[in-house]
Amino acid sequence: MHSQQRTFPIRNALRNCFAAFLVLLVSTVVAYAQEGFHTETSTGVTNVRIAVADFKPGSTDPQTDPLKRTFDATLFADLANAGIFDIVSKSLLPQATPGAPAEMSLQQWSVAPTSAAMVAFGNFGVQSGKIVCNGYLFDAKNLQYPQVLAKQYNEDASDDSARQIAHRFADEIIFRLSGGSQGIAESKIYFVKINGGDKEIWEMDYDGANQHPLTKLGTVSLSPRISPDGSRLAFASLGHDGFQIRMFSLVLGRMVNFQGVGGTNITPAWAPNGKDIAYSSSRSGDPEIWISDSNGSLARRVTSFRGPDVSPVFNPRTGAQIAWISGRTGLPQLYIMDTDGSAVQRMTDGGYATSVSWSPNGQFLAFAWDRKYGPGAPGGQDIYVMEIASKRWIQLTHDGGRCDFPSWSPDGRHIVYANTADGKAGHMKIMTMLADGTQKRALTGPGADMPNWSWK
Amino acid sequence: MSARQSKTSKTLVMAATFIALAALTGCHKKASGVDPNALGPAPAAPAAPPTATITADPLAIDLGQSVVLNWRSQNATSISIEGIGDVNLNGTQTVSPSGSTNFHLIAKGDGGTTDANVRVTVRVPVAPTAPASGPAADMGSEAAFHQNVQDIFFDYDSYDLRPDASTSVTQAATYLAAHPAIKVVIGGYCDDRGSAEYNLALGENRANAAKSALVAAGVNASRLRVISYGKEKQFCTEEDESCWQQNRRAQFSLDR
Repeated sequence: MHSQQRTFPIRNALRNCFAAFLVLLVSTVVAYAQEGFHTETSTGVTNVRIAVADFKPGSTDPQTDPLKRTFDATLFADLANAGIFDIVSKSLLPQATPGAPAEMSLQQWSVAPTSAAMVAFGNFGVQSGKIVCNGYLFDAKNLQYPQVLAKQYNEDASDDSARQIAHRFADEIIFRLSGGSQGIAESKIYFVKINGGDKEIWEMDYDGANQHPLTKLGTVSLSPRISPDGSRLAFASLGHDGFQIRMFSLVLGRMVNFQGVGGTNITPAWAPNGKDIAYSSSRSGDPEIWISDSNGSLARRVTSFRGPDVSPVFNPRTGAQIAWISGRTGLPQLYIMDTDGSAVQRMTDGGYATSVSWSPNGQFLAFAWDRKYGPGAPGGQDIYVMEIASKRWIQLTHDGGRCDFPSWSPDGRHIVYANTADGKAGHMKIMTMLADGTQKRALTGPGADMPNWSWK
Repeated sequence: MSARQSKTSKTLVMAATFIALAALTGCHKKASGVDPNALGPAPAAPAAPPTATITADPLAIDLGQSVVLNWRSQNATSISIEGIGDVNLNGTQTVSPSGSTNFHLIAKGDGGTTDANVRVTVRVPVAPTAPASGPAADMGSEAAFHQNVQDIFFDYDSYDLRPDASTSVTQAATYLAAHPAIKVVIGGYCDDRGSAEYNLALGENRANAAKSALVAAGVNASRLRVISYGKEKQFCTEEDESCWQQNRRAQFSLDR
């Protein structure tokens, strides 16, 4: 109740404001709530204005043109999606295409209408089956020593390489200009692909490109969770004896052992040490949270309360706490506790709360919440972010249909989630947004569910 | 050096003496023996009897797998293995018998005949035997099962048995008591609303509630197997209460 009352004035104010003011207010709330999310917007300073030139073709090889197009588009999208730049529309860029520092005349880029503070440019060519790419970042206001960054890339020529080079260069730029925050352009998202009656685990790049299957088990596989080092994927799969935790090795490209036990075993979660796994197991007859090692042995029970206990997630910063969903009082609510089962705290005060994800800095929980759950109740299931220390929350999605399974990006500035506009489970698609609820966009078409963002 | 040399020469002298003695005394027998030339051509030395070994690797296989036979022989002129026929004197062969087989190797040679055996065990999946007659093994018909063991339905977001479920449980327990051969899978199902992960746990609680009620009514727990399907296997997909109610159930089926 406490938290609800404190947030009501904000909600009422929101309802009465103009749209522009609404956006402003939401961003101030986020700025207040989220330490480690001090972008230029949130501190009242404008974002760095960056111009991204199309790279200059570095050779006449016929492959140069299509691969360069992929590279240019990916680099532009990465920087635009980062959420820390005011990116100059390509129509406002100067006509010239500088390919090297000597060809760069910064005055053209620093004056209106471009008015860029930073310029990313370079050359990109294919020579005898290899991509050769030189990327530069120049400070347009520092005419004497403008070079901030110079990078050279040399990879086998393929569309995927062109994309990965763009991701790496974008991450370098973001790292320099964000005050040391690691970029996420090289991160991956794991998800459930709905394929008729079956569900398989798939992988894609953070921007939705390069979607491909990992498992081919021909059954219902759910809740993929990638290990902190990205080498193994835990998930739950329906077999003869119901759902069991399964393990896929991305290094070996095949299933590896995870000890099976009785009962329904679902929703695995990796501890940040990469050694422990928490999951819901009903081996004792009631679904409880258990922790075992990553082979399924040495299991110990953490909760013991009648009713469903499910969807645990470790505090990725400390590994010392678990947030999870429990139906011990009726409708499912969000709780946190220490990993030994002590210090249980209920975080939500009602409604139907599920699918929690813990932010990388340890301070926030993202979860799906239907605050007025029940037949005929108004509202729907949306994504919320709660500051753990104060239990204050903000709502990130509104009126977009049912939302579920939020998962934080490695930099804690983005959230990926599943959304179905008409409420039908088969129409679930994967969306991403900034952690303040802006810049929502779809990464997949319908038929994709339960996204899980890699740790790095 | 010189001491050793003198010792060696002494030994040589003694050896020469022994040889001389032997030459003087040793030839009497030969002189009194039969002249071999009078007996005609000498018979060939009697041929050694053949030896043979046979091994199989592995000794036990599943039906459809193959096994390598390996045999070695000495002093044999022909080798045959029953079921395969004549084979080389030494060799290997890959076979995949359809049933457990005794490979009997016969080695024939000038010195006689010998044999060797190896037994390969083939594990053949046993076809399910027809149920023995009598009430103890009577699974009853599928229809009779569903008529007597009826699904249990639950309230929205609840896994507590409703009062109307108690008659179903009593009837089911009676039927199961009369048909002790029946084993049952209890599937826990949830309606389409709510979150998939939470519903799997809720479905587990529902199926377990049904199991507990049957156990309390006297059914042995070892005959009951619980599987939660959550909202993954929907009975119907309409978005209305009658469909949701049908999906919120513990469903009984024969565990074959």
